[in-house]
Amino acid sequence: MQPVISIRDLTKTYAGGFEALKAVSLDIDKGEIFGLLGPNGAGKTTMINIICGIVTKTSGTVTVNGHDNESGFRETRGCIGLVPQELPTETFETPYNVCRFSRGLFGKPPNPDHIEKVLRSLSLWDKKDTKIINLSGGMKRRVLIAKALSHEPDVLFLDEPTAGVDVELRQDLWRVVQSLRESGVTVILTTHYIEEAEQLADRVGVINHGEVIVVEEKNKLMRELGKKELVLHLADPIDAIPPGLDGYHLELGADGSELTYHYDTKSDHTGITALLSALHKTGIRFNDLQTSQSSLEEIFVGLVNKER
Amino acid sequence: MNWYSVQAIYRTEMSRMMRTVVQSIVAPVLSTSLYFVIFGAAIGSRITEIDGVSYGAFIVPGLIMLSIMTESISNSSFAIYFPKFSGTIFELLSAPVSWAEIVLGYVGAAATKSVIIGGIILGTASFFVEINVAHPAIMLLFLVLISVSFSLFGFILGVWADGWEKLTIVPILVIMPLTFLGGTFYSISMLPEFWQKLSLFNPIVYLISGFRWAFYENADVAIGLSLGMVIGFLAICLGVVWWIFKTGYRLRA
Ligand SMILES: Nc1ncnc2c1ncn2[C@@H]1O[C@H](COP(=O)(O)OP(=O)(O)OP(=O)(O)O)[C@@H](O)[C@H]1O
Ligand SMILES: [Mg+2]
Repeated sequence: MQPVISIRDLTKTYAGGFEALKAVSLDIDKGEIFGLLGPNGAGKTTMINIICGIVTKTSGTVTVNGHDNESGFRETRGCIGLVPQELPTETFETPYNVCRFSRGLFGKPPNPDHIEKVLRSLSLWDKKDTKIINLSGGMKRRVLIAKALSHEPDVLFLDEPTAGVDVELRQDLWRVVQSLRESGVTVILTTHYIEEAEQLADRVGVINHGEVIVVEEKNKLMRELGKKELVLHLADPIDAIPPGLDGYHLELGADGSELTYHYDTKSDHTGITALLSALHKTGIRFNDLQTSQSSLEEIFVGLVNKER
Repeated sequence: MNWYSVQAIYRTEMSRMMRTVVQSIVAPVLSTSLYFVIFGAAIGSRITEIDGVSYGAFIVPGLIMLSIMTESISNSSFAIYFPKFSGTIFELLSAPVSWAEIVLGYVGAAATKSVIIGGIILGTASFFVEINVAHPAIMLLFLVLISVSFSLFGFILGVWADGWEKLTIVPILVIMPLTFLGGTFYSISMLPEFWQKLSLFNPIVYLISGFRWAFYENADVAIGLSLGMVIGFLAICLGVVWWIFKTGYRLRA
């Protein structure tokens, strides 16, 4: 499938000399929901801003629907909606007017029905004539989302849309994202809430220090998540794993007093019973055992730390 | 040309100005009346005529110029500075619009307002003195060209400014003195020769002189030269704006 966004060797060095992106390459498929994760300062917003035309790239290429984002900026920007991370301090305009403005600015003919639909989907319809300056922070964020949707984008960037918002808005937003997916819109979402990526994303990318360190199907990551490990604390340290236990891919801890076994809770046989009886046969005794599971968060933190 | 975009910017800008419509109309009417009271009545009783025109009538073109220059600059510099300051500019930068469309929207709206204000001042002035416009078409041409070029200048100022002080200091420190020294209230032929020569380095002399010629057919410099200056200034501002969007100067990181 032809990717909707294709990024090749994208670099960005800011005026001060700081290298925010180092040869990033990434493809976003049409219609997918892509979760972009990464610690503060990783370069997520920089990447999004380059794609959208707010920041200029230093080198590399970005294409959207096959058009270069600089030479074909009308085509690329026209189909992108952006909800920025920062809340701009809005003016004395009303939600309805700013949505109508956004639609016009993006070259679309007026369509009051569409704007009404968008405002209703974000529970903003009863606030449509309130001055934005008088709205709460969460409401202002809804307005930003409504603005981005008012010109019917094919690709929507949500840069930390749920930072500091209440449960209700988060659920509203998740619902909006689901319905966008059903209508074929591609959504790229950055977030620090791992469960948000778990809930929404088809694929997850992790970026750190300006480099993409992993891009993976979320389900595959979730399978990783289904893996558990069983650690046996041995009564007497051993030097090597006895031959009778070869089939279990055990790891022997550094001082020889711990055996670690990896298993998958989602498979039919965990192999724990067999392992324990095999241990009994070899005469290895243990005086304690514990199991643990890695969360997406741990996988994420592990990836990020490995980079350091 | 993406007309929906131009229209969206233009309409939003016009409605922003309409929100302050009372100030927009009352302020120029009031200040013009004050100028007439102070300059027209107090000084005009001593200087009766300049080049065959009554002093009150003589200062009208200069007063209009003074207002449309300052209004054009402040309106369009604010129009682009405010989104930059508040962060809403992200939308403009991420929209599928070219620099020409952005400029047409913002500068068009600022210039429209200036032309309207010019008309209001002319109307107010006609209550005080009798005004004959010898060349209405040329008068209108000057009005529009100068409104557009100073709105462009204001746009550049708004992009360049990184603080409120800079936004206000240029009009006060540069434009005001040049306008006052540019023959708003006098003909430069009334000055000693040295100051006459020096005045010719002030570009605003040419603008006011040309505009006044359209009214009374008397001018400090040739009308063709005035028109050339206006068009030259317009071209320079357009070039700078084009460069700003090409390089992303102070707009794109
Ligand atoms: N305009 C700028 N000039 C100079 N450096 C910048 C600029 N914008 C961002 N940076 C730097 O680039 C790096 C990446 O910033 P970016 O905003 O892309 O991070 P991020 O991944 O979005 O982080 P966060 O999760 O905090 O939003 C940071 O170190 C930041 O300080
Ligand atoms: Mg960010």
